[in-house]
Amino acid sequence: MSDYLQMLEDPEVLRELIMDHYKYPHHHSLTEDMKYRKVHMSSDSCIDDITVQSDIEDGVIRDIRFDGTACTISTSSTSIMTDLLRNKTVAEAKAIIEQYMNMLDGKEYDPGMLEEAVAMKNVYRQANRIKCATIGWKAISQMIEESENSHE
Amino acid sequence: MMDVQRIRKDFPMLKAHPELVYFDNGATTLKPQCVIDAVNDFYTAHTSNVHRGDYAIASLNDRLYDGARGSFAKLLNCSSQEIIFTHNATASLNQIAWGLGHDFLKPGDVILTTEAEHASNLLPWFRMKEEYGVEVRYVPLDNQANLDLSEFAKALTPEVRAVAVAMVTNVLGSIQPIKEISRMAHAQGALVIVDGAQAVPHMKVDVKDLDIDFLAFSAHKMCGPSGVGILYGKKQLLDAMSPVFMGGDMNARFQKECTYELKKGPSKFEAGTPNIEGVIASAKACEYLMEIGLDEIHAYEKELRAYFLEQMQKLGNIEIYNPDNLYGPIDFNAKGVFSQDAAGYLASRNIAVRSGNHCAKILHEVIGTDSTIRASLYFYNTKEEVDRCVSACADISLENAIGIFF
Repeated sequence: MSDYLQMLEDPEVLRELIMDHYKYPHHHSLTEDMKYRKVHMSSDSCIDDITVQSDIEDGVIRDIRFDGTACTISTSSTSIMTDLLRNKTVAEAKAIIEQYMNMLDGKEYDPGMLEEAVAMKNVYRQANRIKCATIGWKAISQMIEESENSHE
Repeated sequence: MMDVQRIRKDFPMLKAHPELVYFDNGATTLKPQCVIDAVNDFYTAHTSNVHRGDYAIASLNDRLYDGARGSFAKLLNCSSQEIIFTHNATASLNQIAWGLGHDFLKPGDVILTTEAEHASNLLPWFRMKEEYGVEVRYVPLDNQANLDLSEFAKALTPEVRAVAVAMVTNVLGSIQPIKEISRMAHAQGALVIVDGAQAVPHMKVDVKDLDIDFLAFSAHKMCGPSGVGILYGKKQLLDAMSPVFMGGDMNARFQKECTYELKKGPSKFEAGTPNIEGVIASAKACEYLMEIGLDEIHAYEKELRAYFLEQMQKLGNIEIYNPDNLYGPIDFNAKGVFSQDAAGYLASRNIAVRSGNHCAKILHEVIGTDSTIRASLYFYNTKEEVDRCVSACADISLENAIGIFF
């Protein structure tokens, strides 16, 4: 694990990661399955236009998928998010999201929890791109919140 | 002949940022010292409200504020009583659209516009459709957003009561044939509303010669401060039109029975305290441009644009969407790179451009892409800056665009 974390400090590796997730995004197709929640994100910026779907059952995120037109940062950060939060409990996911948002705020964060998502660690320096790096993450947060409210 | 190096000395931003290539002039323009001084002087030497005070400083501001109409009247070749100050081109277009809906149009009347329009020349009309039952129709355009007059003639059916078009489109810089549009529209009694935001700063716009009924534009796109829009309207039309805003300084008298009488002339449309220093400084910007000469500005920009296009066309990684237009911004993408990523890379090389859909969200149906990079020039830009931009464009790649984050 520590070798892996060390590898994730190499800018060249992180650049490749972003490139790879942009060219070949993971879980990049939507489903017609009615049990999925769905959020269309397009209002935060007038360019990016993505839809994120999730299957959250019994407090566990069983699946996340997405599709749409977006920049490298939006696409790769969302793709990485679908890998990272899949099969996590809602509580685990919320803790990871919090760390991610801290990173995008330029605050302290735990790289061990964020794994590949640390590729976005320098985005906070370019204020106009923070919304790109958080668009997919905001979508899943919204669906987690909805799933919690629907159980109340 | 314009002396660009001398002109550049007038712009403190260019001195403060020698590293910057500012090619985002379609969004807003840099300000010359005389405009900055006019704003500053108002705050440091002659602050007061307008049209309300009996003391010397207040009278000075009345003279400067109302005198600003004269500068714009000279620019447009109209009467100063036909110049209204609003807060931006958007506010001007909203006043025009609402005024038409409220006073001139009836349900079923048609507004003819184009798919290349900025949001501010479409959404106000969409609302008139909701509120007054007017219909919005589009004249077909070619793939570089040029309006074809034979298509226009076909679209100009008897129900068309108003035509609303940009003289220069904000994304592709297509110059529309306003004089012919006016002649044809007026022949059947339709009004002509022109969005001049991307035209007035760059070329001579003579409202008499073009026979325009209403014209809207912004001061900040012509070296003036933000927060000042200009609305030109033919006097008889302005007299017949109601103001959107009601309040101070625009009424002559009112009674407790809810009866009121409004002022005549431009004041009717300028409720509340206006952006006084902005208007005074806008007049300075207007005079600054007239001193250089709008024809000279136009000729210089056209030549610079031609050079820019020629250099960009040599690059294998760049696709240009408006190569045949002779004027206005260059609209392009780097092949395989999303527009915002490419603009981010250019920013890392100190080139300021705009990416996205440029508030013209239905234009993609005309040019076949959702988002582009727009590099827009002004008269203070130079060939050296074009060279720097072109050399940065040559280096746009996915690797480099991601590289800016590391």
